[in-house]
Amino acid sequence: MSVTAAFFYLFAGITVASAVLVIASRNPVHSVLFLILAFVNAAGLFVLLGAEFLAMILVVVYVGAVAVLFLFVIMLLDVDFASLKQGVLQYLPIGGTVGVIFLVELVLVVSTYAVDPALLATQPMPGEPLLMTNTAALGSVLYTRYVYFFQLAGLVLLVAMIGAIVLTLRDRVGVKRQDAVRQALRTKEEAIGMTRPPIGKGLGASGATPPGATPAGASPSRTREDA
Amino acid sequence: MIGLTHFLVVAAILFTLGVVGIFLNRRNVIVILMSVELILLAVNINLVAFSAFLNDIVGQVFALFVLTVAAAEAAIGLAILVIFFRNRGTIAVEDINTMKG
Repeated sequence: MSVTAAFFYLFAGITVASAVLVIASRNPVHSVLFLILAFVNAAGLFVLLGAEFLAMILVVVYVGAVAVLFLFVIMLLDVDFASLKQGVLQYLPIGGTVGVIFLVELVLVVSTYAVDPALLATQPMPGEPLLMTNTAALGSVLYTRYVYFFQLAGLVLLVAMIGAIVLTLRDRVGVKRQDAVRQALRTKEEAIGMTRPPIGKGLGASGATPPGATPAGASPSRTREDA
Repeated sequence: MIGLTHFLVVAAILFTLGVVGIFLNRRNVIVILMSVELILLAVNINLVAFSAFLNDIVGQVFALFVLTVAAAEAAIGLAILVIFFRNRGTIAVEDINTMKG
């Protein structure tokens, strides 16, 4: 067995095993971690196929962004996940039936299809050197022939970003926010109040005056300079 | 020798696991979203495998777009999940009957 085959079975085995654990584990945090494992091993499969750029994108986008997003949501929501696991076995018969039917159909399709020999004839010879790297090849078509689709993909991401923000934004009442304009326009006169309370009475006796209401010239010991 | 069929079988198994995951975790939306991600990963493996074995880069371009849409879908899905939890205090799918659909 060649090294390539060994690595294929390693990556494929771990991918499938962790996919099973994603749907079977009781704790959703474990599910996300197994999802990350599945994606990393799928990236290994991509490297075996020669799609290095997509492999790295898979690691960066999925492991770095999407899986972390899942982790954030799971840990932020105060959900009793144990109760959500009730009744899983109730759905096992129909789920298993559908799964077996799906798998049999897909394996039948995969095992009986044939590729047009004319298409396979375009493959390079095994020893032939590559014209350009995978990333350069992808970029040379992505930014020329498929540039509109590329920008459409960017638009999809923009809409998703705005949509997620609009959906989760909410106005809270009673939140104190910083008002930079008001801060900058404050003057010393309205920020500092001078009072001279009677001895032994405190500020309450002389009447609680708002800042700026009392004329300047009172005792400097009562001022709040750092207002 | 690892051929195209090997990769297609792995993708088929992943796809089936994703579908079964949706059936098994009918109450937990988060695991359903993860199952959808598994299904899209299986589709991507198919696209990249055909792209490599037919020596046509367009399959990888399409896989890149599938990846983009999958990321957008995860973001929107989780945002909907968060506001649903904020309104109802639960994420059980069976309790989602507000629209009486």
